[in-house]
Amino acid sequence: MQFKHILMGACAALALSAPLLASAPASAETVLRVVKHSSLRVLDPIMTTAYMSRNHGYMIYDTLLAMDEKQVVKPQMAESWKVSDDGLTYTFTLRDGLMWHDGTPVTAEDCIASIKRWGKNDGMGQKLMEFTKEMKALDAKSFTLVLKEPYGLVLESLGKPSSNVPFMVPKKLAETPASEPMPEQIGSGPFKWVKEDFQPGLKAVYAKNTDYKPRSEAPSWASGGKVVKVDKVEWVTMPDHMTAANALINGEIDYLENPPTDLLPIFEADSNLEMRIINKLGSQVMARPNHLHPPFNNPKVLQAMAYAINQKDVMVGMIGNDERYYKTCNSYFICDTTYGSEAGSEGMMKGDIETAKKLLKESGYDGTKVLIMHPTDVATLSSHPPIVAQAMRKAGFNVELQAMDWQSVVSRRAKKDPVDQGGWNMFITTWVGADLINPVANLGVNGKGANGGWFGWYESAKMEELRDKFARETDPAKQKALADEISKLGWSTIPNLPLGQFFAVSVFPKTLKGVLDGPAPYFWNIEKTKG
Amino acid sequence: MFAFISRRILATIPVMGVVAIVIFLLLRLTPGDPAAIIAGDSATEAQLMEIRARLGLDQPIYIQFFSWIWRLLQGDLGISIISNIPVSTMIAQRLEPTLALAVTTIIFAVLVAVPLGVIAAWRHGTLIDRAVMIFCVMGFSVPVFVLGYLWIYGISINLRWLPVQGYKAIGDGFWPFFQRLILPTLTLSVIYIALIARITRASVLEILDEDYIRTARAKGLTEGRVLLVHALRNAAVPIITIVGIGIALLISGVVVTESVFNLPGLGRLTVDAVLARDYPVIQGVILVFAFVYVIVNLLIDLSYTFFDPRIRY
Repeated sequence: MQFKHILMGACAALALSAPLLASAPASAETVLRVVKHSSLRVLDPIMTTAYMSRNHGYMIYDTLLAMDEKQVVKPQMAESWKVSDDGLTYTFTLRDGLMWHDGTPVTAEDCIASIKRWGKNDGMGQKLMEFTKEMKALDAKSFTLVLKEPYGLVLESLGKPSSNVPFMVPKKLAETPASEPMPEQIGSGPFKWVKEDFQPGLKAVYAKNTDYKPRSEAPSWASGGKVVKVDKVEWVTMPDHMTAANALINGEIDYLENPPTDLLPIFEADSNLEMRIINKLGSQVMARPNHLHPPFNNPKVLQAMAYAINQKDVMVGMIGNDERYYKTCNSYFICDTTYGSEAGSEGMMKGDIETAKKLLKESGYDGTKVLIMHPTDVATLSSHPPIVAQAMRKAGFNVELQAMDWQSVVSRRAKKDPVDQGGWNMFITTWVGADLINPVANLGVNGKGANGGWFGWYESAKMEELRDKFARETDPAKQKALADEISKLGWSTIPNLPLGQFFAVSVFPKTLKGVLDGPAPYFWNIEKTKG
Repeated sequence: MFAFISRRILATIPVMGVVAIVIFLLLRLTPGDPAAIIAGDSATEAQLMEIRARLGLDQPIYIQFFSWIWRLLQGDLGISIISNIPVSTMIAQRLEPTLALAVTTIIFAVLVAVPLGVIAAWRHGTLIDRAVMIFCVMGFSVPVFVLGYLWIYGISINLRWLPVQGYKAIGDGFWPFFQRLILPTLTLSVIYIALIARITRASVLEILDEDYIRTARAKGLTEGRVLLVHALRNAAVPIITIVGIGIALLISGVVVTESVFNLPGLGRLTVDAVLARDYPVIQGVILVFAFVYVIVNLLIDLSYTFFDPRIRY
């Protein structure tokens, strides 16, 4: 009796679910499914420097200017610009037909408001605003930026390729305070934000902006024609790298942004897949000492550390032995770039323990404990501290590694107290190369100390003087010479220690054509072909 | 019975209150700064302070607590400080995959484990009993992620029968929904099969020594009827208890399976929120988990009266 009831119930359930048994109708939409290195959390790329938010910005917003792969600034939303003879007035004219995603036209007032908001949060933006006397709309399509005195980085600032990128937004959104998220996602970029499909930590969806008018030039980094060749792009977050790798091999996703290097041999063995270093500038691993407290308030102690550490050991510990994916580089401004310079670093970062011991003795180091914060929950950051600590111990440092999660590191690094009151002596982080490519953009060489400097509070009036000179200089040769001088000063006072450059690999099927290189991943120009 | 249910429902209020206080204080005592997540790695201290002020994180803890409780009493779980989305919306987005996985896992586990346990008890000391016990020990011992990878390698990569990962809502069609749950269910159910089978075996074994079982056999009942009607029903209370606990654990503790199969469930939401120090989300999710525990326990207690009429409240 009871069994009969159960059977009848099951039949009824099956009958009710019959319409659900049919699969969803096949869609003709071309969808590019991308597994990103992290999940998108903050949607405002000006309020945060998070790379995921920057990447989101490149999807839906556009920039006035943009840097190409030769690091030359090109017009993007701007049709052109003119500089007055005295070098103080820059006049920008917008392209015809630029529209926001809500259908309203892009105006010069929108651009002025956007630059002002960006100038409140971004380091280069703040510097540009310091030198700016005023910005004024001439008409709906053109505006001027007038400087108080000559400034050599106007175009480099507005064409900045990485966080914070000066994205243009409608004036009504740009008036949002810089510490608050913009309430809407309206840009003029090649993709539109699909708000209803957004699931934080899981999925972000972008639809092709069919009204977008791409430039006619070939795409190069974020400059040139942004021609979208798919209907939708879905960013998916997968917490497990192995699952993401399997999904790529099985054809369930189209693009894996940044798999760990230990999985690369699996992809290499699959003839259907292409592996590519998209960001040729790579990323830099940076050790940041706290200059406020002993022993790192003594430059000689810092120099001893620079001699003790071997960059190659740090890189091999992180990446493995494959030299395609890392290189040693003693430049604060990334090797093989305009300002890349290793001046002043001769003999350092090569594990010269004897010189390190000698310098440590000369410094009068008294065995004060060095507390290194060791984030154990982020794979790209967990390998360096033990290697650095071991090299320092060999040279005679008294080192304590304190394990914690990355969130605890970012919280604790804001503390200026001594170690015995909850402070710290050193942490290690990574930066995308594009964020470090000149002395103004590079927060690591900011010498403002506890009054406006980055965590670690390196203080050097001389460094600030050189950075200001660099910013004012308009002659590229003199700028290069100043970058060399800054490098020399850096390696004698050690604002931070570059621990090497590494190159993330992106993997995708060979049928995916048109993937662009750049300091950020771009999803225009990509086409899904059949073979 | 009505009085018992009312008492138990009323008892959830202080339980939830204690959970709320403990989780709130625990989170505030844990190092971490949501403002740093929002602002990014290169944010300056001034920017962090502005964001903290906007979020109210610079307020004394008791003010933050009372403002949260006040909103909670109005049924508002708050807004994620990272993504700016209501916590209730985020939980609702993640509830279906977690519930779907929990339901399929527990149904599959019970369907497999109870017969296994009964057979093992019935054939106590034989090769069948030992085989079931070996399976149970292995089920407890093999980590969930290893099993998950093995299923993926065999079924998805080699045979290409099922997708590696992902989730489709039941509204997108039953087969797309169900096919993505098969491997996670197979993976996750192994440990529950082992657990339920062992408890079933032990309970049935104890009952099989009872006089009334001997009497039932002496009456000439078939072994099937003896086992299913007389032994299993009387052994049901501990089995129901363990199944109930399993359901509660499944809803809150499937983060590894959700990660391996990329299921967008509550477990991942919790872990992501903890890593980002997204206080309102963590608090909201933990309260939901606590509520589920309380309700599941109540249902377990009520179900005892069905299986054992001697139990009365």
